[in-house]
Amino acid sequence: MNGIHALIVDDSSVMRKIVERSLRQAGIELTQVLEAGNGAEALCVLKENRVELILCDINMPVMDGLEFIKQLSSVENAKGVPVVMITTEGSEAHVVQALSCGARGYIRKPFTPDQVKEHVVPILGGKS
Amino acid sequence: MRSSVNEALAANGQHEAWTPLLELAAREVFELMLGCQLVPSTTPEEASLDVTSMVGLAGKLCGVLSLRCDGKSAALMASKMLGVEAEKVGPEVSDALGEVCNMIAGNFKNKISGLSEGCMLSVPTVITGTDYSLHSQADSPGLEVRLLFEGMPIAISLQIRR
Repeated sequence: MNGIHALIVDDSSVMRKIVERSLRQAGIELTQVLEAGNGAEALCVLKENRVELILCDINMPVMDGLEFIKQLSSVENAKGVPVVMITTEGSEAHVVQALSCGARGYIRKPFTPDQVKEHVVPILGGKS
Repeated sequence: MRSSVNEALAANGQHEAWTPLLELAAREVFELMLGCQLVPSTTPEEASLDVTSMVGLAGKLCGVLSLRCDGKSAALMASKMLGVEAEKVGPEVSDALGEVCNMIAGNFKNKISGLSEGCMLSVPTVITGTDYSLHSQADSPGLEVRLLFEGMPIAISLQIRR
Protein backbone atom coordinates (compact mmCIF):
# COMPACT_ATOMS: atom_id res chain seq x y z
CA MET A 1 0.00 0.00 0.00
CA ASN A 2 1.18 3.50 -0.74
CA GLY A 3 1.84 5.84 2.15
CA ILE A 4 0.12 9.15 2.52
CA HIS A 5 1.28 12.75 2.54
CA ALA A 6 0.22 14.48 5.74
CA LEU A 7 0.35 18.02 7.11
CA ILE A 8 0.61 18.53 10.87
CA VAL A 9 -0.29 21.99 12.16
CA ASP A 10 0.60 22.88 15.75
CA ASP A 11 2.50 25.76 17.33
CA SER A 12 4.50 23.24 19.38
CA SER A 13 7.26 21.48 17.45
CA VAL A 14 7.33 18.81 20.16
CA MET A 15 3.63 18.13 19.69
CA ARG A 16 4.08 17.91 15.92
CA LYS A 17 6.66 15.17 16.47
CA ILE A 18 4.34 13.35 18.87
CA VAL A 19 1.48 13.47 16.39
CA GLU A 20 3.72 12.13 13.62
CA ARG A 21 4.95 9.31 15.86
CA SER A 22 1.40 8.49 16.91
CA LEU A 23 0.32 8.24 13.28
CA ARG A 24 3.13 5.79 12.59
CA GLN A 25 2.36 3.83 15.78
CA ALA A 26 -1.25 3.68 14.64
CA GLY A 27 -0.05 1.82 11.57
CA ILE A 28 -0.55 4.69 9.15
CA GLU A 29 2.18 4.66 6.53
CA LEU A 30 3.51 8.15 5.89
CA THR A 31 5.41 8.98 2.73
CA GLN A 32 5.84 12.65 3.59
CA VAL A 33 5.07 14.73 6.65
CA LEU A 34 4.85 18.49 6.26
CA GLU A 35 4.67 20.80 9.27
CA ALA A 36 3.30 24.26 10.01
CA GLY A 37 3.27 26.34 13.19
CA ASN A 38 -0.12 27.98 12.66
CA GLY A 39 -3.03 28.18 10.24
CA ALA A 40 -1.52 30.89 8.07
CA GLU A 41 1.70 28.90 7.60
CA ALA A 42 -0.36 25.83 6.81
CA LEU A 43 -2.27 27.64 4.05
CA CYS A 44 1.06 28.65 2.50
CA VAL A 45 2.31 25.05 2.67
CA LEU A 46 -0.86 23.80 1.00
CA LYS A 47 -0.54 26.24 -1.89
CA GLU A 48 2.70 24.49 -2.84
CA ASN A 49 1.96 20.91 -1.80
CA ARG A 50 -0.75 18.29 -1.99
CA VAL A 51 -1.59 16.20 1.07
CA GLU A 52 -4.17 13.54 1.84
CA LEU A 53 -4.57 14.30 5.55
CA ILE A 54 -4.32 17.34 7.81
CA LEU A 55 -4.03 17.16 11.60
CA CYS A 56 -4.52 20.52 13.24
CA ASP A 57 -4.43 22.11 16.69
CA ILE A 58 -7.05 24.75 17.55
CA ASN A 59 -5.30 27.21 19.85
CA MET A 60 -2.45 28.71 17.84
CA PRO A 61 -1.09 32.21 17.35
CA VAL A 62 -1.54 34.20 14.11
CA MET A 63 -4.36 31.98 12.78
CA ASP A 64 -6.14 29.38 14.89
CA GLY A 65 -7.32 26.00 13.71
CA LEU A 66 -10.96 26.94 13.23
CA GLU A 67 -10.13 29.93 11.05
CA PHE A 68 -7.71 27.72 9.12
CA ILE A 69 -10.47 25.23 8.28
CA LYS A 70 -12.77 28.03 7.17
CA GLN A 71 -10.12 29.31 4.75
CA LEU A 72 -9.13 25.86 3.52
CA SER A 73 -11.68 25.86 0.71
CA SER A 74 -9.90 28.81 -0.88
CA VAL A 75 -6.84 26.65 -1.54
CA GLU A 76 -7.26 24.51 -4.63
CA ASN A 77 -4.83 21.82 -3.42
CA ALA A 78 -6.72 21.41 -0.16
CA LYS A 79 -10.27 20.90 -1.41
CA GLY A 80 -11.70 17.70 0.01
CA VAL A 81 -8.69 16.95 2.18
CA PRO A 82 -9.90 15.61 5.55
CA VAL A 83 -8.92 17.59 8.64
CA VAL A 84 -8.71 16.07 12.11
CA MET A 85 -8.44 18.46 15.05
CA ILE A 86 -6.07 17.52 17.89
CA THR A 87 -6.47 19.86 20.83
CA THR A 88 -6.74 20.34 24.57
CA GLU A 89 -10.06 22.13 24.03
CA GLY A 90 -12.33 19.18 24.69
CA SER A 91 -15.78 20.66 25.24
CA GLU A 92 -18.78 19.54 23.23
CA ALA A 93 -19.14 23.12 22.02
CA HIS A 94 -15.63 23.05 20.58
CA VAL A 95 -16.28 19.68 18.92
CA VAL A 96 -19.51 20.92 17.35
CA GLN A 97 -17.83 24.14 16.24
CA ALA A 98 -14.92 22.27 14.66
CA LEU A 99 -17.15 19.79 12.89
CA SER A 100 -19.44 22.54 11.63
CA CYS A 101 -16.39 24.33 10.23
CA GLY A 102 -15.54 21.22 8.24
CA ALA A 103 -13.35 19.05 10.47
CA ARG A 104 -13.84 15.32 9.93
CA GLY A 105 -12.57 14.22 13.32
CA TYR A 106 -11.64 15.47 16.76
CA ILE A 107 -9.01 14.08 19.14
CA ARG A 108 -8.52 15.42 22.65
CA LYS A 109 -5.05 15.77 24.19
CA PRO A 110 -3.74 13.73 25.89
CA PHE A 111 -4.30 10.90 23.43
CA THR A 112 -3.07 7.41 22.61
CA PRO A 113 -2.02 6.00 19.22
CA ASP A 114 -5.16 3.85 19.39
CA GLN A 115 -7.31 6.97 19.57
CA VAL A 116 -5.44 8.41 16.60
CA LYS A 117 -6.06 5.17 14.70
CA GLU A 118 -9.73 5.17 15.66
CA HIS A 119 -10.30 8.70 14.38
CA VAL A 120 -7.96 8.86 11.40
CA VAL A 121 -8.02 5.46 9.69
CA PRO A 122 -11.75 5.50 8.83
CA ILE A 123 -11.55 8.85 7.07
CA LEU A 124 -8.56 7.80 4.96
CA GLY A 125 -10.76 5.27 3.19
CA GLY A 126 -8.07 2.64 2.78
CA LYS A 127 -5.39 5.06 1.55
CA SER A 128 -3.07 4.10 4.40
CA MET B 1 -14.45 11.42 37.90
CA ARG B 2 -16.16 14.75 37.36
CA SER B 3 -17.06 17.65 39.57
CA SER B 4 -19.26 20.67 38.97
CA VAL B 5 -17.62 24.07 38.78
CA ASN B 6 -20.77 25.75 40.01
CA GLU B 7 -21.09 23.42 42.97
CA ALA B 8 -17.52 24.02 43.99
CA LEU B 9 -17.61 27.76 43.47
CA ALA B 10 -20.87 28.01 45.38
CA ALA B 11 -19.40 26.20 48.34
CA ASN B 12 -17.41 29.16 49.61
CA GLY B 13 -14.54 28.40 47.29
CA GLN B 14 -14.01 24.92 48.62
CA HIS B 15 -11.71 24.08 45.75
CA GLU B 16 -9.84 21.48 47.75
CA ALA B 17 -12.25 18.92 46.30
CA TRP B 18 -10.53 19.49 42.98
CA THR B 19 -7.13 18.31 44.20
CA PRO B 20 -7.73 14.66 43.18
CA LEU B 21 -8.86 15.86 39.75
CA LEU B 22 -5.71 17.93 39.36
CA GLU B 23 -3.61 14.91 40.27
CA LEU B 24 -5.59 12.65 37.94
CA ALA B 25 -5.23 15.14 35.09
CA ALA B 26 -1.46 15.18 35.56
CA ARG B 27 -1.19 11.40 35.88
CA GLU B 28 -3.12 10.86 32.64
CA VAL B 29 -0.96 13.30 30.70
CA PHE B 30 2.27 11.67 31.87
CA GLU B 31 0.95 8.17 31.26
CA LEU B 32 -0.47 8.79 27.79
CA MET B 33 2.00 11.30 26.38
CA LEU B 34 5.25 10.42 28.16
CA GLY B 35 4.63 6.75 28.84
CA CYS B 36 5.43 6.87 32.55
CA GLN B 37 3.65 6.75 35.87
CA LEU B 38 3.76 9.55 38.41
CA VAL B 39 3.97 8.34 41.99
CA PRO B 40 3.10 10.17 45.22
CA SER B 41 5.88 12.10 46.87
CA THR B 42 5.88 10.91 50.46
CA THR B 43 8.41 13.33 51.88
CA PRO B 44 8.61 17.10 51.63
CA GLU B 45 11.04 17.77 48.82
CA GLU B 46 13.62 20.46 49.24
CA ALA B 47 15.06 20.14 45.77
CA SER B 48 15.23 23.29 43.71
CA LEU B 49 12.39 23.29 41.22
CA ASP B 50 13.91 25.89 38.95
CA VAL B 51 11.89 25.42 35.77
CA THR B 52 8.32 26.68 35.85
CA SER B 53 5.67 26.38 33.17
CA MET B 54 2.44 28.35 33.56
CA VAL B 55 -0.89 28.41 31.77
CA GLY B 56 -3.51 31.02 32.56
CA LEU B 57 -7.20 30.22 32.89
CA ALA B 58 -9.89 32.79 32.16
CA GLY B 59 -13.67 32.68 32.13
CA LYS B 60 -15.74 30.71 34.60
CA LEU B 61 -12.53 29.93 36.41
CA CYS B 62 -9.72 32.47 36.54
CA GLY B 63 -6.27 31.59 37.74
CA VAL B 64 -2.93 30.09 36.89
CA LEU B 65 -1.93 26.45 36.61
CA SER B 66 1.78 25.85 36.99
CA LEU B 67 4.13 22.91 36.71
CA ARG B 68 7.50 23.14 38.46
CA CYS B 69 10.42 20.79 38.18
CA ASP B 70 14.21 20.88 37.93
CA GLY B 71 16.18 21.11 34.72
CA LYS B 72 16.98 17.41 34.63
CA SER B 73 13.31 16.50 34.91
CA ALA B 74 12.37 19.01 32.22
CA ALA B 75 14.97 17.55 29.84
CA LEU B 76 13.75 14.03 30.57
CA MET B 77 10.15 15.03 29.88
CA ALA B 78 11.20 16.47 26.53
CA SER B 79 13.24 13.38 25.68
CA LYS B 80 10.30 11.09 26.41
CA MET B 81 7.97 13.22 24.32
CA LEU B 82 10.41 13.39 21.41
CA GLY B 83 11.64 9.82 21.72
CA VAL B 84 15.30 10.83 21.92
CA GLU B 85 17.96 10.65 24.61
CA ALA B 86 17.84 13.39 27.23
CA GLU B 87 21.38 14.49 26.33
CA LYS B 88 20.25 15.20 22.78
CA VAL B 89 17.38 17.48 23.77
CA GLY B 90 18.02 21.15 23.15
CA PRO B 91 15.73 24.15 22.95
CA GLU B 92 12.70 21.87 22.74
CA VAL B 93 12.71 21.59 26.54
CA SER B 94 10.69 24.76 27.07
CA ASP B 95 8.29 23.80 24.31
CA ALA B 96 7.80 20.35 25.83
CA LEU B 97 7.28 21.63 29.36
CA GLY B 98 4.80 24.21 28.11
CA GLU B 99 2.85 21.52 26.28
CA VAL B 100 2.77 19.26 29.32
CA CYS B 101 1.40 22.13 31.44
CA ASN B 102 -1.10 23.02 28.71
CA MET B 103 -2.35 19.43 28.50
CA ILE B 104 -2.68 19.15 32.29
CA ALA B 105 -4.68 22.39 32.36
CA GLY B 106 -6.91 21.27 29.50
CA ASN B 107 -7.38 17.80 30.91
CA PHE B 108 -8.18 19.24 34.34
CA LYS B 109 -10.85 21.64 33.12
CA ASN B 110 -12.40 18.95 30.93
CA LYS B 111 -12.97 16.89 34.08
CA ILE B 112 -15.11 19.57 35.69
CA SER B 113 -18.67 19.86 34.47
CA GLY B 114 -19.37 23.33 33.15
CA LEU B 115 -15.75 24.36 32.99
CA SER B 116 -14.65 22.91 29.67
CA GLU B 117 -16.97 25.23 27.72
CA GLY B 118 -16.53 28.33 29.81
CA CYS B 119 -12.84 28.47 30.53
CA MET B 120 -10.14 29.48 28.08
CA LEU B 121 -6.45 28.63 28.35
CA SER B 122 -3.60 30.97 27.58
CA VAL B 123 -0.52 29.91 25.65
CA PRO B 124 2.06 28.48 28.07
CA THR B 125 4.87 30.54 29.55
CA VAL B 126 8.09 28.88 30.75
CA ILE B 127 10.45 30.50 33.26
CA THR B 128 13.87 29.15 34.17
CA GLY B 129 15.47 30.08 37.48
CA THR B 130 14.31 30.55 41.04
CA ASP B 131 15.09 34.19 41.72
CA TYR B 132 11.67 35.57 40.95
CA SER B 133 8.39 36.32 42.69
CA LEU B 134 5.07 35.46 41.15
CA HIS B 135 2.30 37.97 41.85
CA SER B 136 -1.04 36.65 40.73
CA GLN B 137 -4.46 38.20 41.21
CA ALA B 138 -5.51 34.76 42.37
CA ASP B 139 -6.81 35.27 45.89
CA SER B 140 -7.36 31.74 47.12
CA PRO B 141 -4.74 29.58 48.83
CA GLY B 142 -4.69 27.39 45.78
CA LEU B 143 -4.13 23.70 45.30
CA GLU B 144 -0.83 21.89 45.02
CA VAL B 145 0.02 18.32 44.14
CA ARG B 146 3.54 17.02 44.66
CA LEU B 147 4.53 13.90 42.78
CA LEU B 148 7.62 12.06 41.65
CA PHE B 149 8.47 11.81 37.96
CA GLU B 150 11.06 9.06 37.43
CA GLY B 151 12.07 9.58 41.07
CA MET B 152 12.40 13.34 40.70
CA PRO B 153 10.04 15.80 42.38
CA ILE B 154 7.55 17.87 40.45
CA ALA B 155 4.87 20.23 41.75
CA ILE B 156 1.60 21.07 40.04
CA SER B 157 -0.26 24.08 41.42
CA LEU B 158 -3.53 25.82 40.71
CA GLN B 159 -3.99 29.36 41.97
CA ILE B 160 -7.60 30.48 41.73
CA ARG B 161 -9.11 33.94 41.66
CA ARG B 162 -12.58 33.89 43.19
